[in-house]
Amino acid sequence: MTATRFVALVGFVLVAFAAGLSLGAVPLGLDVWADLVRGAPDGGAAILRDVRLPRVVLAFLVGGALAVSGAGLQAIVRNPLADPYLVGLSGGAGLGAVLAIALDAGGPWAVPLAAFAGAAGAVALVYRLSLVAGGRLDPYVLLLGGVVVGSFAGALMSAIITLSDAAELRSAVLWLLGGFGLASWRAVAVFGVYAVAPLAVLFASARVLDLVALGEESAQYLGADVERVKRRVYLSTAALTGAAVAVSGVVGFVGLVVPHAMRRLWGPLHRGLLPGAFLAGGAFLVLADVIARTTFRPRELPVGVVTALVGVPVFALLLRRKLA
Amino acid sequence: MLHGTDLVVRYPGAPRRALDGVTCGLEAGRLLAVVGPNGSGKSTLVRALLGLVPLESGSVSLHGRSLAEWPRHEIAAAVGAVSQREDTLFSLRVREAVMLGRYPRLGPIAPEAAADHAAVRRALERCDAWDLRDRRTDALSGGEWQRVRVARALAQEPRALLLDEPTAALDIRHEMELFELVHDLVRGGLAGLIVTHELNLSARYADRMILLDGGRVVGDGDPAAVVDGRVLAQVFRWPLAVTTWRDGAPQVVPLKPSEAES
Repeated sequence: MTATRFVALVGFVLVAFAAGLSLGAVPLGLDVWADLVRGAPDGGAAILRDVRLPRVVLAFLVGGALAVSGAGLQAIVRNPLADPYLVGLSGGAGLGAVLAIALDAGGPWAVPLAAFAGAAGAVALVYRLSLVAGGRLDPYVLLLGGVVVGSFAGALMSAIITLSDAAELRSAVLWLLGGFGLASWRAVAVFGVYAVAPLAVLFASARVLDLVALGEESAQYLGADVERVKRRVYLSTAALTGAAVAVSGVVGFVGLVVPHAMRRLWGPLHRGLLPGAFLAGGAFLVLADVIARTTFRPRELPVGVVTALVGVPVFALLLRRKLA
Repeated sequence: MLHGTDLVVRYPGAPRRALDGVTCGLEAGRLLAVVGPNGSGKSTLVRALLGLVPLESGSVSLHGRSLAEWPRHEIAAAVGAVSQREDTLFSLRVREAVMLGRYPRLGPIAPEAAADHAAVRRALERCDAWDLRDRRTDALSGGEWQRVRVARALAQEPRALLLDEPTAALDIRHEMELFELVHDLVRGGLAGLIVTHELNLSARYADRMILLDGGRVVGDGDPAAVVDGRVLAQVFRWPLAVTTWRDGAPQVVPLKPSEAES
């Protein structure tokens, strides 16, 4: 049963990869692969190797990381509506990015690094706010603090955008809506190496997340060290999400919708849910990126727009089913 | 096997102590009932015995060793507990939910082995819940859910079982079934502690009762000694009479104000 579902999911991932590699401004057929394998690639094969492959791989890794982060975060705050971006990250990252653009910081990595710094600052602030008496991490304060810090950063960001030139404004807003235009093998390598540790922490926490989802009291009775789990999982999701913002801007809804959908398909046990969410989130974002860059060719939609256009109706349906 | 000595607990910012010098012990094959008004410290006592609240003073020992020296998962392997409330965020199948009771023995990574599945089955069968194994936890009735939660605690294969108001909101049949289950488990060798508002069933099922008021022990011993009309009326601030059921257990009858005057 589980094996069949994994095979189906891997099939979905392969379809997403095939679409991501062959569709685009220039459609690429199978013959291009032969060129690539034969070496000395040029034309189509060069596009495949230097542009499309890194872009698809990066979208996959980012989508997987966001979905796993969402699943983990939803368990520790015991709220299925939690999105990794909700806890102040997107506001902080946006503020960092907009500051970098407004200050005209140089280099292609200035904006991502500033976004990462902004996200890290917001996480540190929210984390500090959420540590209540006795060093306990309060999930409600975590969510509320995240919203509040995010709003504050958003307000600052709006002020800066309003006071800047129109051209800067446009690039900042576009960047915030997410996209994989910056994708390169270097970005893939940086993100891939960076994501190993937090992903390992989350996967290793799968069984204990099942306990934490029961509520703190029951989890403790069953032998879970709840405070340590909450801290570890929160910091790992924040680290992953911050890095995702740095390489791709703010891509919303993947972390919210994918865990939801996977829970319906696989059940809520995290040992199946986390790997399932990783594969599904990755494939979902690869396909969203295909839609983003092919629908209005040669112009590109921000991928965050696509995930929201798909994610919001799906989420609304889930909510209706929940209420019914 | 699980002993609390002179336990004193004060929650941060609270004006008075939640527990004020409570001593109690659980023994194999014996059921201890902890009774008392709301806010008298019953749940805090459970948490203190599990090492989940910081003690201002006093100590808890498990198998003769200070609880502070025990890692969390080893405590859970020795002591199973069922909390007062638990709302399911994501519904599981009953056997998956009971398998969570294997965490203290499995740890975070190890795959579930045949022994774990066997323990889950034994626990469900002892709680007469094996037939529920494929049901979803959010589709269970209140009584079934409590039986499943007891089974989850039994899947920990503990030597002691602590239950915090397990029969609150259950009807007479399910309440009796639960007391019978706990009674059987304790006769089978477990050390039992039940926190409850059921004075009458406690008096009939428990081997020993502890009456708490404001964090202090105001009654401790044989049910016949603890269920004292005068003391209970004072503690619960309501007039009541005590009669004797035919098995010899004292039974409490709360009085109407008009009856109390005569």
